[in-house]
Amino acid sequence: MSSDKKPGWKSLPIGGVVLEPGSSRKYKTGDWRAFRPLVDKEKCVNCLLCWIYCPDSSIVRKEKCVEVNYDYCKGCGICAHECPKDAIKMVEEEK
Amino acid sequence: MTILGMTGDEAIAYAVKQSKVDIVAAYPITPQTIMVERFSKYVADGEVHTGYVCVESEHSAMSACVGASLTGARVFTATASQGLALMHEILYIASGMRCPIVMGVANRALSAPLNIHGDHSDMMGSRDSGWVQIYAENAQEAYDWTIMAFKIAEDKDVQLPVAVNLDGFIISHCMEGVDVLEDHAVEKFLQTRKPLFTTDPEKPITLGAMCLTDYYFEFKKQQVEAMQNVLGVLDRVCKKYKSTVGRNYGILETFGMEDAQAAIICLGSTAGTASEVARKLRAQGKKVGVVKLWLYRPFPTEEVSAALKHVKALAVFDKAISFGAPYGALCSDVVSTLHTLKESPKTFNVIYGLGGRDIQSSEIELVFNEALETAKTGVVKEKTMFLGVRE
Repeated sequence: MSSDKKPGWKSLPIGGVVLEPGSSRKYKTGDWRAFRPLVDKEKCVNCLLCWIYCPDSSIVRKEKCVEVNYDYCKGCGICAHECPKDAIKMVEEEK
Repeated sequence: MTILGMTGDEAIAYAVKQSKVDIVAAYPITPQTIMVERFSKYVADGEVHTGYVCVESEHSAMSACVGASLTGARVFTATASQGLALMHEILYIASGMRCPIVMGVANRALSAPLNIHGDHSDMMGSRDSGWVQIYAENAQEAYDWTIMAFKIAEDKDVQLPVAVNLDGFIISHCMEGVDVLEDHAVEKFLQTRKPLFTTDPEKPITLGAMCLTDYYFEFKKQQVEAMQNVLGVLDRVCKKYKSTVGRNYGILETFGMEDAQAAIICLGSTAGTASEVARKLRAQGKKVGVVKLWLYRPFPTEEVSAALKHVKALAVFDKAISFGAPYGALCSDVVSTLHTLKESPKTFNVIYGLGGRDIQSSEIELVFNEALETAKTGVVKEKTMFLGVRE
């Protein structure tokens, strides 16, 4: 993001105070990712172990199979490691 | 008028009591101990309604002060020497998070070797921490500046922590008659702190968030601006204090500077001795003067220039060493301020009083005579003089 779009010192609240609650949602950490988890819908049994272990709450529960919220998933690979069915593969991001 | 016999430490504790402080978190250390010891007695005796947080170190003391200040409370702490050094990390957090904490610092030498006596090594080592620094000459000034410090720190254009410095033992433990205000006069002068932000569960905010390459710089620039705002705010606060109390304060105080050829600039208690020596020398027809800086951070460049531009020679007194630096801290600031003048005074640095080594009026007289000689010849004989050290 170019810095000219960001507010300057004159308009920022002092001391690094963030006045808007929950604004960390706007900070999409997905672009930190080097590896992307891919869920194999055929193998997933919806046990939700990945949902429990995900440190960024980036596993989204669906009726039959989990999905990944790539806006926030940092690609740590814990979900793939914990999956008892090998249903999640970590694939290198292509830039 | 009420005059109470108090030491510098006691005078600060009394000022803090009258300033209706919400939280005090502190850890004892010589020669500051009496400030918080006396204040804890006020708490124990029910004379104040202050929350007193007993902590296990100065690092924790300053951390607790930061937390309390961020809730919107008026906060005080005190320390010296090793205690200030241990706080060092949190000093930057207090100023960076814009906490208007007031801290009494009974200036003391730093180890090693271990020493409990007064010099300015402690606060000078923290001079870039973003704290406003005020130096008191005596117990009366320590009392008055403590009250004014809250007003300056909490001003909406400042929102910075303020350290009120007093020379360890010389001021901290010396009993003086201190002219104190009535409680209600202090209350009227200060009023309750009006914080810019408060921690309210109904209106959540985030404090202390991480801030990287894209924002950090902007917050530092805000601190620079706030520091500069101190000059105007301090002037306003001093004028208001004068109208309430009658005593005259400001950025600096001068003696004999209207026609001085040679001058001394210094901080704290030394200014009193220097002025007395100057009075004696002036009676002999020697044109000497003294500039005492009340405000050291932000450094008042314009005021220092105005006060010193007519002198031919200048001795800058530093009660601390900046090892390997061109000069002591105060002298570096003065020289870098005066170099823009068309004809800047011939300046030399006097390092003195380390580890509480007493400074005699005869030694100050020697420096004045050296400065007068420099004024006459235009030649600085010795760039840095170590006054009173044995060879």
